[in-house]
Amino acid sequence: MVTCVNDAMFPGTGAAVVRLLRRLGVDVDFPEAQTCCAQPMVNTGYLDEAVPVVRTFVDAFEGYDAIVTPSGSCAGSVRHQHRLVAQRSGDAGLERAVAATSPRTYELTEFLVDVLGVTDVGAYFPHRVTYHPTCHSLRMLGVGDRPRRLLEDVRGLRLVDLPHAEECCGFGGTFAVKNADTSIAMGSDKARHVRETGAEVLVAGDNSCLMHIGGLLSRGRAGVRVMHLAEILASTEGDAR
Amino acid sequence: MTHTFVGMPPFPTAARAALADTQLRHNLAHATATIRGKRARVVDEVENWEELRLAGAAVKDRALRGLDEHLVQLEESLTARGATVHWARDADEANQVVIEVAQRHGVDEVVKVKSMVTQEIGLNEALQAEGIAAWETDLAELIVQLGGDLPSHILVPAIHRNRAEIRDIFRRRMGEVGRAAPADLTDEPAVLAAAARAHLREKFLRARMAVSGANFAVADTGTLVVVESEGNGRMCLTLPEVLVSVVGIEKVVPSWAELDPLLRLLPRSSTGERMNPYTSTWSGVTPGDGPQEVHVVLLDNGRTRALADDVGRQALRCIRCSACLNVCPVYERVGGHAYGSVYPGPIGAILNPLLKGTGDPQTDSLPYASTLCGACFEACPVLIDIPEVLVHLRSKVVDGHREDRVPKPEAVAMKSAAWTFSRGGRLRLAERLTGVGVGVGRRLGASRWTSARDLPKAPPESFRAWWRRTDGRLDP
Amino acid sequence: MSARDDILGRVRSALAAVEPDPAPVTAPPGTRVADLVAHFAERVADYRATVVHCAAGDVAGTVAAALPAGARVVVPPGLPDDLRSALADVIVDDGLSADALDAMDAVVTCCRVAIAETGTIVLDHAPDQGRRAVTLVPDRHVCVVRADQVVADVADALAVLDPGRPLTWISGPSATSDIELDRVEGVHGPRVLHVIVVGEAG
Repeated sequence: MVTCVNDAMFPGTGAAVVRLLRRLGVDVDFPEAQTCCAQPMVNTGYLDEAVPVVRTFVDAFEGYDAIVTPSGSCAGSVRHQHRLVAQRSGDAGLERAVAATSPRTYELTEFLVDVLGVTDVGAYFPHRVTYHPTCHSLRMLGVGDRPRRLLEDVRGLRLVDLPHAEECCGFGGTFAVKNADTSIAMGSDKARHVRETGAEVLVAGDNSCLMHIGGLLSRGRAGVRVMHLAEILASTEGDAR
Repeated sequence: MTHTFVGMPPFPTAARAALADTQLRHNLAHATATIRGKRARVVDEVENWEELRLAGAAVKDRALRGLDEHLVQLEESLTARGATVHWARDADEANQVVIEVAQRHGVDEVVKVKSMVTQEIGLNEALQAEGIAAWETDLAELIVQLGGDLPSHILVPAIHRNRAEIRDIFRRRMGEVGRAAPADLTDEPAVLAAAARAHLREKFLRARMAVSGANFAVADTGTLVVVESEGNGRMCLTLPEVLVSVVGIEKVVPSWAELDPLLRLLPRSSTGERMNPYTSTWSGVTPGDGPQEVHVVLLDNGRTRALADDVGRQALRCIRCSACLNVCPVYERVGGHAYGSVYPGPIGAILNPLLKGTGDPQTDSLPYASTLCGACFEACPVLIDIPEVLVHLRSKVVDGHREDRVPKPEAVAMKSAAWTFSRGGRLRLAERLTGVGVGVGRRLGASRWTSARDLPKAPPESFRAWWRRTDGRLDP
Repeated sequence: MSARDDILGRVRSALAAVEPDPAPVTAPPGTRVADLVAHFAERVADYRATVVHCAAGDVAGTVAAALPAGARVVVPPGLPDDLRSALADVIVDDGLSADALDAMDAVVTCCRVAIAETGTIVLDHAPDQGRRAVTLVPDRHVCVVRADQVVADVADALAVLDPGRPLTWISGPSATSDIELDRVEGVHGPRVLHVIVVGEAG
């Protein structure tokens, strides 16, 4: 599952996942029937509107061994919200289908560490990097130290601690526009902490959070790049980055 | 000096005003960071904290699942021990009980133990309208009352004030309502606390009637429990002749022994202490000791509405510790007033709509006053899944508008997104037609996004177009 | 319809599809420590209360030493004779007014039970502890705790306490954190808590 945001805005992240997984010997497919996990509808309160989107999800991913996504938030939505949407639909068939797809859905670092059993993915990235654990990977999925273990095994990478790392960046989906002032206040504090680390690159497992923090860093001319974790893990010595 | 939350604007508007107050943001950041640190230290030392949380949640769930039986039992045991039990459907009925007791005793003032529920029902204002002064005796409540202010935190209602502001309030106002602050009052917390002690002591010593809430009401023994720190609670519960306690029906604990997990969870979660300085328990009247006339008002005021909501019901487990406020990144930045209720923060964002029902623009803005980051759920000692209830309440807000003749732009956008997202082909077409990124950007509300944030550069092609073109074999 | 019947009716209809849980909940026990009395003393001291140990034979002298010279001292009517005899010029509470209590400097009492894990003393206001006002209004509370009164945790205390009596759980002197979350000891309750642990100390 590449996710709707990555599909439209950050295709490079999806491509990095494909490259990384193939390098690790995984047979990767992108079922073109996929669209979105339905989280934007669910989190805004539009449960009826989420029903056809969840139906599309389960149809698109039926029959795969594992559904891997470079987003803690979307993986969290599939694992925790699809059941509620299916219940709302009153369609027992959809409930059964959701029960089959949800547990097979993994956030990228979970899939790498738990299913493939690797932390050294053969990556090379000679930069000073700080990591922001996004709320949904941290608290909804509980990915724990998996991203950190993967980053620590990247050759050349110097990982620096982000102060107040576990505090939300203020993105929050439609919160970012419905409560734009509060969202920006939270994001500005996050951006300040990122700058304090002196890192060249801010990495996270969710592009939507990175779009928010990155948008503030870029407006503030902070000189810090944001990158999805998948893109760092896909990097090798052959890359001219 | 009547101040209420009536007429507050919706959350985003109130939040904008609060964010502009740099002193407030500084006070809040300092205070919440301090309390978070204290809580973390005493929670970390409990090896089986998670098990304890489960037990706390189980006690409150058991109380709620058999609430009718427990309430009847509570009434019986209280009555057997000499208390008078009253039932109140709403704020007016509860206030009327207190007013009648005060009038029967001919008192023109009452001393009050800090209580959320009496703020919820606007008791002070109701008493004032009858010419009865209600003196708040908790230090923070005193600061709020003297300052003509509104509470902004469940545990520390004056959390938005710093020591210098408090000194000014004491200097200016104490003399108008009783013993004045000493002329050489400094802003040292110990000096300010001493001024409050002197100011309130004359009120404690002469008061004939007190009003309290209760943290817990034990059904099988008819025992009320008040948890506090300063001793103002003990003063109010002990010295006056008459005591009226207003108790929300969700405060019931089935049995005496089941107080165990709650008394262990509450202080650590709330003030970050192993135990709060004082806990008072009493069961009706004790001859020769304390108030000889004891009333208990059992209050609904929307609690049965919350109980009927099978997702929202869990919010009634809340023991008002305020741990969720202290860890909430939204609360930390905007403070409590923006929530427009005596119950602010994450718990307020779910409790207010559950108690009042959705449909009012201010109330309906509250479930959206969260990024769903989950820090509140992680801190909650009774495992209230606040993000789950927030999302559930958002759906209630949306469902309340499904019959609107003119749907909101958001509803139209969500419907069209749902249509697009229902087929992979439709999404591919939409991405081609609108240009990649533009559609998403527009959907996000571009101008509210770009006021302070750059948007990333739109990519030349979508992932799906790249996949189709290359089968994922070449770099895009 | 009465408010009572109305509310109970609403509760019942809200719970129409819900099964009650008949079995009381038992919480997991806290950490067990070997030396309860030492643990108790350490936890009380954390609240910035004074804690001293003494042997059973020395209790009278230890109590007397806890009181400043010239202090006006009130005691409950049932204070044991060995304690009472150590104190010259005490006033025995026989229902003193709040104002009269306010003129007292200190109060000396026993307690019902003490909790090691939380450093808490619980009074059940029996005659050796006096009615609630006596231990509240004077500014200094000297409390004698026998080593065999110390229990491990909250559940153990609940088990020995009689909820039919008024109870006061005391964990350190009165305190507030209402100003910038900065803890200050001493507000309305006694500003000094002096605990005397009698019997074998850890």
